[in-house]
Amino acid sequence: MHFQKWKLILVFGIVLAGFIFALPNVFSTSTLAKLPNWIPHDQVNLGLDLQGGAYLLYQIDDKDLVSDWLDTIRGDMREALRSSRIGYTDLRANVASRSVSVHIRLPKDVDRAYAALKKLAVPIRNDVFGGFSGYDLKAERNGSDGITLSVTDAGLTNRIGSAIQASIETIRRRVDAFGTTEPSIQRQGRNRILVQVPGVSDVQRLKTLIGETGKLEFKLVDPNVNAEEVASSKKIPPGDELVYSDKDPPVPYVLKDQVLVSGDSLVDAQPGFDGRTGEPVVTFRFDSSGAQRFARVTRDNVGLPFAIVLDNKVITAPVIREPILGGTGQISGHFTVQEANDLSILLRSGALPAKLTVIEERTVGASLGADSIASGKKAAVVGLLLVVAFMFVGYGLFGLFANLALLINVVLIFAVLSVIGATLTLPGIAGIVLVIGIAVDANVLINERIREEIRAGKSPLASADSGYSRALTTIIDSNVTTLIAVLVLFWLGSGPVRGFAVTLTIGILTSMFTAVTVTRMMVTYWLRWARPKTLPL
Amino acid sequence: MFRGVTFIPPDTKIDFVGQRAITWFVSAFLTIVPLVLVATVGLNMGIDFQGGTLIEVKTKESPANLAHLRSALNGLGLGEVQIQTFGAPDEVLIRIASQPTETEQQASIAKVKKSLGDTVEYRRIEIVGPTISSELIAGGTVAVVVAMIGIMIYVWFRFEWQFAVAAIASLVHDVTATIGLYSLLQLEFNVSSIAALLTIIGYSLNDKVVIFDRIRENLRKYKRMPMVELLDVSINEMLSRAVLTHVTTFLAMLPFLFFGGEAIYGFAVAMCFGVVIGAYSSIFVASPMQLILGVRRDAFSASAAGAKRRTGAAVRA
Repeated sequence: MHFQKWKLILVFGIVLAGFIFALPNVFSTSTLAKLPNWIPHDQVNLGLDLQGGAYLLYQIDDKDLVSDWLDTIRGDMREALRSSRIGYTDLRANVASRSVSVHIRLPKDVDRAYAALKKLAVPIRNDVFGGFSGYDLKAERNGSDGITLSVTDAGLTNRIGSAIQASIETIRRRVDAFGTTEPSIQRQGRNRILVQVPGVSDVQRLKTLIGETGKLEFKLVDPNVNAEEVASSKKIPPGDELVYSDKDPPVPYVLKDQVLVSGDSLVDAQPGFDGRTGEPVVTFRFDSSGAQRFARVTRDNVGLPFAIVLDNKVITAPVIREPILGGTGQISGHFTVQEANDLSILLRSGALPAKLTVIEERTVGASLGADSIASGKKAAVVGLLLVVAFMFVGYGLFGLFANLALLINVVLIFAVLSVIGATLTLPGIAGIVLVIGIAVDANVLINERIREEIRAGKSPLASADSGYSRALTTIIDSNVTTLIAVLVLFWLGSGPVRGFAVTLTIGILTSMFTAVTVTRMMVTYWLRWARPKTLPL
Repeated sequence: MFRGVTFIPPDTKIDFVGQRAITWFVSAFLTIVPLVLVATVGLNMGIDFQGGTLIEVKTKESPANLAHLRSALNGLGLGEVQIQTFGAPDEVLIRIASQPTETEQQASIAKVKKSLGDTVEYRRIEIVGPTISSELIAGGTVAVVVAMIGIMIYVWFRFEWQFAVAAIASLVHDVTATIGLYSLLQLEFNVSSIAALLTIIGYSLNDKVVIFDRIRENLRKYKRMPMVELLDVSINEMLSRAVLTHVTTFLAMLPFLFFGGEAIYGFAVAMCFGVVIGAYSSIFVASPMQLILGVRRDAFSASAAGAKRRTGAAVRA
């Protein structure tokens, strides 16, 4: 049994690197900041279950998205048929079949109509190379006079994809403005967004901020009707709509359904205070075309009330006292300072393209996280001590070698976790403990083998040598099978469970190094130094 | 020099496989009773698989006034509400049944907060909607099945099909027995439980592979030894290793039962049980199954071709 020098250096190097990279974890963040730059600063990330925070899984509402889209398609079809001067009836959207159908009045127009409507389909470029992968809409003849435009699967997927992308951007702006550290916002699956915000305490507020669609519209109030009467009789005049305020109890308003200016035209929104009343308000600014439109509308409607509508709720409905020409204005709705602040974030970040629903939520308070760290640490340390004691009782000196390797293994696990930026969760701590069991198993296998070789009458050196080499295949086989189960766990799991799989994987790999190579080196050098007549096993 | 205590003498000759008439019965018992338990008593399904809301609170007064909490929450019309303390007397776990839609689910938590107000500190809130819970069930099942198939292929590749079948049969035994434990103790069955099952599968299999390895080696070594005897020799040779390894792993997991906290308690119980059941099934299920499946000796003879020869370097005449 001989170790070449480069091997020795390599093993020492790896162990040393392990210690260096694991080192930042023993310092507090403030101490760490004072250390010189050449020392690694990466610490193990703590999972949400350990540091507290919110895990929110949102799903985009397909139906909402489709019905919005069908409305647009319907409008486009109307426009296309009108501009080609083709008479039609029964222009109808059907959400269930994701299609819009129309009947053409004159048989001679049907071919022309079909050609015109077919042009509404747009090719999708959604693969990596920007290649062609079909159209978003499919035009079909339906009987002698019918034409149906239906949304293709590829079209819907593409639409959902871009809605998700846009939503992620919007959510990111909102969460960033919320002022938390290192939020993670990522797409998950086809139509989901996972938002993870560590250390957040007011989850309810965060959810309100993220989940609000944030669609802002300015509309005129219909001055000719009494809103209360309309609300009770449900007789809404044509061209009007009934909208309630966001107050409790809600106040009804009858508005003209035409949108004068929408939130898309906003370039900025900031919380502030009203100059006269000192009440918290949100001030906003339009882009130039928005400002022009707003100026025209306010000039034409001086003395009339208009409504500021957010997500189909009237926030406020002030009377236009004078034309607003500068493109800026303010919204006052008896807000608290926080409400004004949140509304300005909402307006700045833009609207979500579709409604988002929370389908899974897990939040952990900071105090519970701290308790979990404390209990996890305690359990892990006690477990480690028990194992170390038992190994020493079971194998004496060779148990000490194994224990030393075990400690190096724990250090290496922390080093790897820190370097790759993996996340440590409470199950992850349990995973480290399990790795301790697996690592010890390798040494048990080796030591038992060596005992067998001694009993077979081999010399100390030869026993140790063949003990190591013959146990190796068993160790590899048994660890690979464990890894298979663990990789499945990684693939399936999310959050804490995935953290468990990560620590287990890393631990199994490092344990092969420490339990086999490192102890073998210790045993070799000890044998060379002590030259024992019999092995103490 | 201290050479360590020998827990198991090197020359044990226990007829593990020889007693298979009894142990088959025990194994069958450990497989069938859990199925009966699950069918009759059922599993304490956590919100992961059932949907619903779980709220962990710390009350400002200690001990918590459960009657008060119960009356406050039952008046909200949220269906079934379970309230129990765990750990400390001021720590309360509230479970609310799944609401019909995701929106109502979200509304339920707002109602609870409004009703309890400042009397409690919210330590943990988990809301799992109906969409996710059904996906988690499917995902968990797929994971267990995929892990088993992956393992079977690996064992088949490294050993023989008989070993692969024996491994899978014992894993099924382990998994059902563990699920039975969940049912018996009414531990919450959730995503962590699936993680525990997969870990037990990995750990238990690790143990089977070690014994298979020795059986393979002995098949080469003792060409004329009767199979029952050969299996028993293999198990006895590995007995010391089995005891040491399982005791250490068990000792390592044990503190999590006592100090790990509520979040990991169920997981720790399952893992401790898994160590024991995995050790049992290696000796009493996986090994005697070789008798039924009839492993061919010549499959491992020195003349056998292919990758299997690599480990055959140790064959002694």
